[in-house]
Amino acid sequence: MTGFVGALVEAWGELRIHRLRVLLSLIGVAVAVAAMTGVTALGDITRQAQSELMEAQSGRPATFRVDAWSETGTLDATATTTAFRDFVTRYEIEQASLVTYASMPVRMPTGTWEVQVQAVDPPYGAMHRIAPVHGSWFTAADADRFAPALVVNEAFLRELGVPDLTGRPTALIGRDEPVRATIIGVTADLWEGAVPEAFILSSAFERWIPPSPEFFAPPALEVWVPPEDADVAEQFLNRDLTAALGSSAQVQIYRQDAFGIEAFDQVFQLVVTGIGLLVLMLGALSLVNISLVTVRQRIREIGIRRSFGASSGRIFFSIMMESLVATVLAGAIGVAIAVVAVRNAPIEALIGWGSIQDVPPFPISAAVTGLVAATVIGALAGLLPALVAVRVKPIDAIRY
Amino acid sequence: MSLLELHGITRTVRLPDDSRLDILRGVDLSVGAGEHISIVGRSGTGKSTLLNILGLLDAPTDGEYLLDGTPIGRLGNRRRARRRGDDFGFVFQQFNLLPGRTALENVIAPLLYARGRTFWRRHSIATSMLARVGLGDRLESKPEQLSGGEQQRVAIARALVRTPRVILADEPTGALDVDTGAEIMTMLDEIASDTGAVLIAITHDLAVAARASRHYRLGEGVLTPITIAPRTAGTLAELGDPLTATDVVDPEAAPVLADAEASA
Ligand SMILES: Nc1ncnc2c1ncn2[C@@H]1O[C@H](COP(=O)(O)OP(=O)(O)OP(=O)(O)O)[C@@H](O)[C@H]1O
Ligand SMILES: [Mg+2]
Repeated sequence: MTGFVGALVEAWGELRIHRLRVLLSLIGVAVAVAAMTGVTALGDITRQAQSELMEAQSGRPATFRVDAWSETGTLDATATTTAFRDFVTRYEIEQASLVTYASMPVRMPTGTWEVQVQAVDPPYGAMHRIAPVHGSWFTAADADRFAPALVVNEAFLRELGVPDLTGRPTALIGRDEPVRATIIGVTADLWEGAVPEAFILSSAFERWIPPSPEFFAPPALEVWVPPEDADVAEQFLNRDLTAALGSSAQVQIYRQDAFGIEAFDQVFQLVVTGIGLLVLMLGALSLVNISLVTVRQRIREIGIRRSFGASSGRIFFSIMMESLVATVLAGAIGVAIAVVAVRNAPIEALIGWGSIQDVPPFPISAAVTGLVAATVIGALAGLLPALVAVRVKPIDAIRY
Repeated sequence: MSLLELHGITRTVRLPDDSRLDILRGVDLSVGAGEHISIVGRSGTGKSTLLNILGLLDAPTDGEYLLDGTPIGRLGNRRRARRRGDDFGFVFQQFNLLPGRTALENVIAPLLYARGRTFWRRHSIATSMLARVGLGDRLESKPEQLSGGEQQRVAIARALVRTPRVILADEPTGALDVDTGAEIMTMLDEIASDTGAVLIAITHDLAVAARASRHYRLGEGVLTPITIAPRTAGTLAELGDPLTATDVVDPEAAPVLADAEASA
């Protein structure tokens, strides 16, 4: 007990005396740890952000998309819609949505725009992680409104000349008999220079702006099931929908969430960790170098401590502790630097596309990795000088 | 039973050109509790080597060393290190203070190897020890800011702070002027007497050597008892040719050197 505390006190004293040397090696290790931790954290954050963006685009695991069409002519859109709805009801699938891509005329202050619109059901929001920046996403109650509700992007709102939702803005939509739609939510633009886009509930779409039958392609169906049920869901979708739509229809089912993208991620992570380790190795080398030089300068001092009764084990431990205390400190500083740097890093620029609503917090694992790496480096860097110090015979050290 | 006993201690080193150098050729010594002993000898006769063996910093090539009746040769490295810290205090010619550290930190340093109460109360113990050597007001001074005499007093405080049973002083006054040296030796003698510690001092200075209760001369690798009369100054040359002096084994027959001024 006193031996351990004594060695700690001694190591701390040494560090205070050799402030400049400690500072120099600290800088090396801190920079290395900051680099490694920062790069690992950025990797983690980027990966998480990337996968969130991918989920937003193509759905969360496991999302299936069903498309139906006919090779001989046009498929009855109403019958297809009914078949899809029946399937969802029969199996009590909570997370499912019809998806129709269409366009509709919108009266903007600058004229009438043909706006891209997606007709979906309320679960679509959760399935694609849609988090409106203002207002809210559709709920089941929105289906019963007397006027259609819209969730639009920021570009839409801008084009409409409205700053936010406080004035309960509306838009005149539709072709022959325009109807006034209420805007209940706004989503962030996916990229700069986005054009106006809108979501509308499938039911409202069918009721208020029915497209001309000859141009009306049947909707697609998206279902989100737990990944472990994916195989069963696929079988049932195939069997039931093929039967319901008859022999003239082609039914295609495919999994559209970004599964299987892991392989790419692992390579990315490996490269990142490799670079971090390399930087850390360089830091460690300079640390070993400095400690070796100073141990030679301190041989006499080691001899004096020997005369106080320091065993070779204690000398070894002391020098090791010095290195450890210093590098753990440096590691903590490095992690702190990394946290600050990552906080201020242009993550969206790093990913190269899209935008992130909330940047994920600094990954704890990266911080822990940085500290552990610093400790290991400290131990390794302390080992060599400690061995040199132990090999010095007390008598030679005194005479030195 | 004596505290320290050396029987036929030899120390041989191998030189870089592969020849052997016999520094000690069979040293016998027996020291009882509380004795003050001085060892004189020309430069290079192995005085420091002997002292380092006594202080367990070095091991003899051959011979038996009993500390408190325990054969030291059979102790492992750890036990030897522990006994070195517990039982011995070293004072060196070059003071050997830890550079950059204050007087107080220097005196605390050996206490970091103590256990129990002594360890935890190291601060106050070291402070009162520095007051004892008259440096109570220089606790925060670094060696670079102290005079030679003051540095040696810090070194003495450091050597005695764990109340060792044996104080080993290797030319403690060698780097000091005569007056300061006398002052330091008086202090060393006093503190050693107070704590009942054995004091073994190596010196070139006959006046310093004369203070001890028993005197030895190291020459040709063996230790010979001699008698030195009290004096205030003197050089080794007065002891005569070391070759003839080695023949004198009987302390009674050893050359008696009276202080020139005192006898005049
Ligand atoms: N490890 C060693 N290797 C080689 N030679 C050594 C070693 N240790 C001591 N010697 C030699 O042994 C002799 C005695 O050395 P020592 O330091 O004990 O002498 P000393 O009596 O203390 O001299 P001084 O009065 O000058 O301090 C010297 O000639 C020294 O060079
Ligand atoms: Mg010497």
